Amino acid sequence: MTRHLRPLLAALALLLAPLAAAAQTPGIQALLQENRDLIEESSRRSIGPAIDALADSGLPEAQTVMERWQDRDLYIRESDGRFFFAEETDDDAYTLTDVATGETAGEVPDDALIQLRPNGGIRKMIGAALVQFQLSDPDPATRRQALTAIGRDAEASHLAALRKSIDSEPDAVIRAAKERLERLLTIQFGESDEERVNAIESFRGDTDMDVRATLNPILATRRSVAPGDDAPADLNVARTLRPGGEALSEEEAYGLLVDEGLAQPRISRDDRRAALVANIDAGQVAGVRVSTLDTEAARDTAYAQLASLGLAEPTATEEEVRAALDAHTFFDSYFEPSVAVTQAAERALSSIELSVATNRTLDLALDALSLASIYFLAAIGLAITFGVMGVINMAHGEFIMMGAYTGYVVQQIVPDYTLSILIALPLAFAVTFAAGVAMERLVIRWLYHRPLETLLATFGISIALQQLAKNIFGTQARPLTSPDWLDGALVINDIVSISYIRIAIFVLALVFLAVFLFIMNRTRLGLEVRAVTQNPRMAASMGINPDRINMLTFGLGSGIAGIAGVAVGLYAKVTSELGQDYIVQSFMTVVVGGVGNIWGTLAGATLIGFLQKGIEWMNPSNTLAAQTYMILFIILFIQFRPRGIIALRGRAAGD
Amino acid sequence: MSATKSTLMGASLLILALTGAASAQETECPVKVGVLHSLSGTMAISETTLKDTMLLLIEQQNENGGLLGCEIEPVVVDPASDWPLFAEKARELLTVHDVDVIFGNWTSVSRKSVLPVIEELNGLLFYPVQYEGEESSKNVFYTGAAPNQQAIPATDYFLEELGVEKFALLGTDYVYPRTTNNILESYLKSKGIPEEDIFVNYTPFGHSDWSKIVSDVVALGADGKQVGVISTINGDANVGFYKELAAQGVSAFDIPVVAFSVGEEELSGLDTSNLVGHLAAWNYFQSADTEANEEWIAAWKAKMGEDRVTNDPMEAHYIGFNMWVNAVEEAGTTDVDAVREAMYGQEFPNLTGGTAVMLPNHHLAKPVLIGEITEDGQFDIVSQTEEVPGDAWTDFLPDSAVLKSDWQELGCGMYNTQNESCVQIKSNY
Amino acid sequence: MPADAAVTDKLPHVSSSVRKYLGGSGGQAPRDRGGAAAARPRGFFANNPSVLIFIACLAVFTLAVTILSEGLGLGIISTSFVKTLGKTLCLCLVAIAMDLVWGYCGILSLGHFAFFGLGGYMIGMWLMYERTRLIVVDSLANAPLPPTPDEVRDGIATQIFGVVGASDFPAVWAFAHSLPIQLALVVIVPGLLALVFGWLAFRSRVTGVYLSILTQAMTLALALYLFQNDSGLRGNNGLSGLQNLPGLEAVPQALISVWFLWGSALALGLGYVLAAWVVSGKLGSVIRGIRDDEARVRFLGYPVEGFKLFIFTLTAVIAGIAGALYYPQAGIINPAEIAPIASIYLAVWVAIGGRGRIYGAVIGAAFVSLLSTWFTGGQAPDLPLGIYTVQWVDWWLVLLGLSFVLVTLFAPKGIGGLFDLVSHQRHPDRHGADLGPDMGSYREQEAQE
Repeated sequence: MTRHLRPLLAALALLLAPLAAAAQTPGIQALLQENRDLIEESSRRSIGPAIDALADSGLPEAQTVMERWQDRDLYIRESDGRFFFAEETDDDAYTLTDVATGETAGEVPDDALIQLRPNGGIRKMIGAALVQFQLSDPDPATRRQALTAIGRDAEASHLAALRKSIDSEPDAVIRAAKERLERLLTIQFGESDEERVNAIESFRGDTDMDVRATLNPILATRRSVAPGDDAPADLNVARTLRPGGEALSEEEAYGLLVDEGLAQPRISRDDRRAALVANIDAGQVAGVRVSTLDTEAARDTAYAQLASLGLAEPTATEEEVRAALDAHTFFDSYFEPSVAVTQAAERALSSIELSVATNRTLDLALDALSLASIYFLAAIGLAITFGVMGVINMAHGEFIMMGAYTGYVVQQIVPDYTLSILIALPLAFAVTFAAGVAMERLVIRWLYHRPLETLLATFGISIALQQLAKNIFGTQARPLTSPDWLDGALVINDIVSISYIRIAIFVLALVFLAVFLFIMNRTRLGLEVRAVTQNPRMAASMGINPDRINMLTFGLGSGIAGIAGVAVGLYAKVTSELGQDYIVQSFMTVVVGGVGNIWGTLAGATLIGFLQKGIEWMNPSNTLAAQTYMILFIILFIQFRPRGIIALRGRAAGD
Repeated sequence: MSATKSTLMGASLLILALTGAASAQETECPVKVGVLHSLSGTMAISETTLKDTMLLLIEQQNENGGLLGCEIEPVVVDPASDWPLFAEKARELLTVHDVDVIFGNWTSVSRKSVLPVIEELNGLLFYPVQYEGEESSKNVFYTGAAPNQQAIPATDYFLEELGVEKFALLGTDYVYPRTTNNILESYLKSKGIPEEDIFVNYTPFGHSDWSKIVSDVVALGADGKQVGVISTINGDANVGFYKELAAQGVSAFDIPVVAFSVGEEELSGLDTSNLVGHLAAWNYFQSADTEANEEWIAAWKAKMGEDRVTNDPMEAHYIGFNMWVNAVEEAGTTDVDAVREAMYGQEFPNLTGGTAVMLPNHHLAKPVLIGEITEDGQFDIVSQTEEVPGDAWTDFLPDSAVLKSDWQELGCGMYNTQNESCVQIKSNY
Repeated sequence: MPADAAVTDKLPHVSSSVRKYLGGSGGQAPRDRGGAAAARPRGFFANNPSVLIFIACLAVFTLAVTILSEGLGLGIISTSFVKTLGKTLCLCLVAIAMDLVWGYCGILSLGHFAFFGLGGYMIGMWLMYERTRLIVVDSLANAPLPPTPDEVRDGIATQIFGVVGASDFPAVWAFAHSLPIQLALVVIVPGLLALVFGWLAFRSRVTGVYLSILTQAMTLALALYLFQNDSGLRGNNGLSGLQNLPGLEAVPQALISVWFLWGSALALGLGYVLAAWVVSGKLGSVIRGIRDDEARVRFLGYPVEGFKLFIFTLTAVIAGIAGALYYPQAGIINPAEIAPIASIYLAVWVAIGGRGRIYGAVIGAAFVSLLSTWFTGGQAPDLPLGIYTVQWVDWWLVLLGLSFVLVTLFAPKGIGGLFDLVSHQRHPDRHGADLGPDMGSYREQEAQE
């Protein structure tokens, strides 16, 4: 929109400019008008002068204007091209505020205004320019904002401003941050090498991201080539390279020579063909019949023929390539001219190398643990229905989905996220418990001694439930938003962090492990479940009602799946296919761990979680491959340990 | 008893066959428009909207007097997100229902499945989704964006406006991200970004465990370069990805993310308050401020409900359908060859302002928009280019750079400009 | 239908019946479907009248479709429907394989669609390679220099892999240029995979549901592997344009579809005969014995693992052949075809048709897949229920899922059970005693003897 109106506005501005200039004392409005084309064009490439003009104007309003421009509160009135702050008051009306005086300047409909929308790049530049105003601002929040802006986009000019502001800083925390930032800026923009080396030394052992982000650019290198045996002495050479080594292949080295104009290029297949085609004469190229040129070797010969006749550029032969490579030195040199600085940076970085690697491993381990707890939570219900009762429930995934949708529905009714989660967890349990009991009563109890058919029948239920969910909730993913206190991540340092939601899932998994153990080992129900599982007839003769126990056990397993659904929905997505993503993995978890033992399920989940993250780490560019190899590993694992990690005695897989 | 069974089977088949044949009776009026979008299965999430769009457009056209004096009759079939079924349904549309044109498909693989059938039977397909290019069929009009109408301008925006120096190309593992990332890699190298500053990762469809990948991306910033993410992550997986971005506190200032497959529809499944400032590149945003767009949104909401949003592929159908209507009127017939000739040079106003033009390579010239995500799940348009002509064969891969598509003059979609010959008349599938 | 005195859960029965076939000296040979043909003078077909009936029906069906088709006859059946019918025949064939391995041998394999898909991939590679080669050779013929083999190869690779952002031939395409080798691979690759997987699994005595889950995992791993672009089979896009046979561009699809219908019918007929032969002899008795009680058969001295491996591999090969015929008709093969759910559907077809009878599998596959086409094709009329109108596109899967539960619960013999009613088969009165762990199968009749 802005683009189409611009010519019109420019014309308007031309007409109005003398008027405006006459009516207005030189001030912020005039300054803005002066730079209006740039401001309206709103491109990072060209906006620089306009921001500088504002920042260096010395006008008291400049800070406010820039801040509000950054917040997209700055508008242009279409009728006269003047700048205003505007706030939406009504549906389609805006109240204008004068940029200079801060007085209200009337109300206009929204189509009479053009909003200025500085993009992310420009907002960053404005932020950097604002630093000088904000570093000594009375509001600590603004001062912190300024520090963040420096961190994002440091400039040489910031160093002086920052140093000036440190002494007068009242807040101890901000002061410490300022001092730290000052040292970082010194590394980049310090005047003397000594100053910079000292600053670098002060960061020894510090693994923070900003330190590495400052040190690494110092060590950036450029690859070049020079004739003779030695690199030029005036360069800060990082290392010399031997062509054919690991760091530099002969191909690359020769390419470098060609790029520098120090050697003849080798001819490509396309160029050779073009040269041959260009020299076709009466069905012959240099005396060779065209129809015989259907192999690479024949074309080589023909080209050599052409070259010897002087009709084509000769290509470099192998010997020439060799000789050229031998006659030159290849080396990497630092952009940074000072040897002392690069050495200090090397030392500082190597001092944290081990620490960074350890932290990375720790972070990966946390990710793996988190994934393991998700698998465990998804599989714990299955550990009951499949592991204890031996019922294959293919609709287990759909119970997880039902739990997630329950969470979604509750959030539609109860807008408070914390409260809605607290309601959703027991409700999801209740809903899926009921569904589980209904399924057990109606279907599964008729099939207890036909396990393969249970598999098929529950699969039928699974596809029906999935389609039902689609019919009710639509195919679009539904939002299930976590409460504020679960937002964000626990940041241990710049490398190791884990989101609170994952911690919550981990805790939830532990809670359910405890609940499971408690129910199974400490309650009457648990005792009866174990009895019915071991020997239903004997249990029945002891006065236990096996039907009731089966029903309750199945309900319990399903109910836990529902709670897992809420957790999974919070961290990922709520769709009708959510359950499918977990069903195969859940079965794997139970089978790998060893059926009928909750510790086995735990071990299975841990193995799978760590394994998957480990494979991802080895091949970071292809997550799909990690999943494939993990499943292959599990298949092989089951071949060699068919009863799983923790096998119950006297029980064969397949019973 | 086997006989009984086979008779039963034979009889039921015969009935099926005859019902199929009965509907094949052919008349001039009404004009039939085939709608080939999945209404069930994994792609229903996106494609159902496009079916509704087509029905709305046809309804509107019928209210305005139809076409060539006839009613337009939509023929809706459901290929159920099953790629082979797309080919079967396309054949059914063209031979059994005798439709004059087909609007349909979303995924590249479904398009590749349909291509041989459309070409064999000389049908006409309007394909409305942004795609990876590297294809040109005589029988397909591509109304979505080619890479140079979405990916390249967005990358330019990253390079120039946001000063990004290090790129993470994250994508779902299928054709569109693979090819697009390939083109981008080669483009970035041509812009002087070294190979080690390009991180590529592919994840499966519906991936949900993003914590390691997001950590990897954050770690890229350790060498002090500005990192940017170009996301070709598809569908549901985006939900988990953006949630993880928010959880790890990755702000658009630190690491901007530009997405090519995230539109208004996808954002409606998310709480966007933590994602403000991340970007998307499209040829259309609902927030575009024009009268045509306002009318279109109003009509859409009146039909589908207030909480429904519009998106880019819908605009592509909007332009495609209207161009086709105009071309048919110009040609005076629905005959595929005549309509195709009339399509070249067709102009129709975009919903975002300006005019879309159909080029001889079956692509549109459209403006490219870049929007920042806002709190209410919409996009704030921060950049809009002039109309960019779509390019079937990218200029940034050596094998494709020499190819050119021109159906009007050269009658070839895969013309090798180097040795001046047509590589093949049919498309590559 | 009469049945043999086969295996029940009563040990004496097992031993006597099995021993009978073992030694070939059983009392009087029962008049049966799966009897010991070798032991008696009557021929295989005479002992298995259903085979002849089936083949006759198949022939009549094929002939009828041919006459009604667009390609060779009256044009009443559209080409797309001929293709649907041809594909259905292939599905029937893979269902027979499934019935053999599950209904007769008791292995609920959730991996047979993976073998089906592999067969499709093998033939697809040749189809794509050859078609592209012809195009490339054609276009290079105009070039001023005659093409070198390298140029042709590069041209083909660029064409095939250009769409997935690569331009080199991966190693798996090494034999794609040769039709005979790829045809052999249609059989070898699924067979070898089944052999290795089966050997590992059976050796470890993984049985029952565990085996099902394991086969499902194998299918998932294969599908995920093929989904990757790095696997060299074009990832998610798979192989497309398979309906265009190289060198036969001039032949209309209407005709090609009929050819494939014939091919599929022939394969189905042969597959049926093979399956009927396998289950009719001594071999058939042993594998049914394994289904009913593996341990007892093992105690009798049979190498159970060997028999299972044989059936598993044989059915994988049949599935591969079915796939190789199916995908040229479908036109495209990609990893989504192999997803575990496809194999579960296969089990569903067989269960609905009726396990443990070969024609049951055929009925199930044909019935469910055609019904599915009908419902999802939008041809089924909506069902108004007053306040709500049931649209079958939305509700078909719900219906399928529920009917599946109902079949499992109330009609474990599936549609095939209807034939028992026709032929006045009654359940023997067993006074409430059940038939052992897996009641749904053919055993009811087998137990009648």
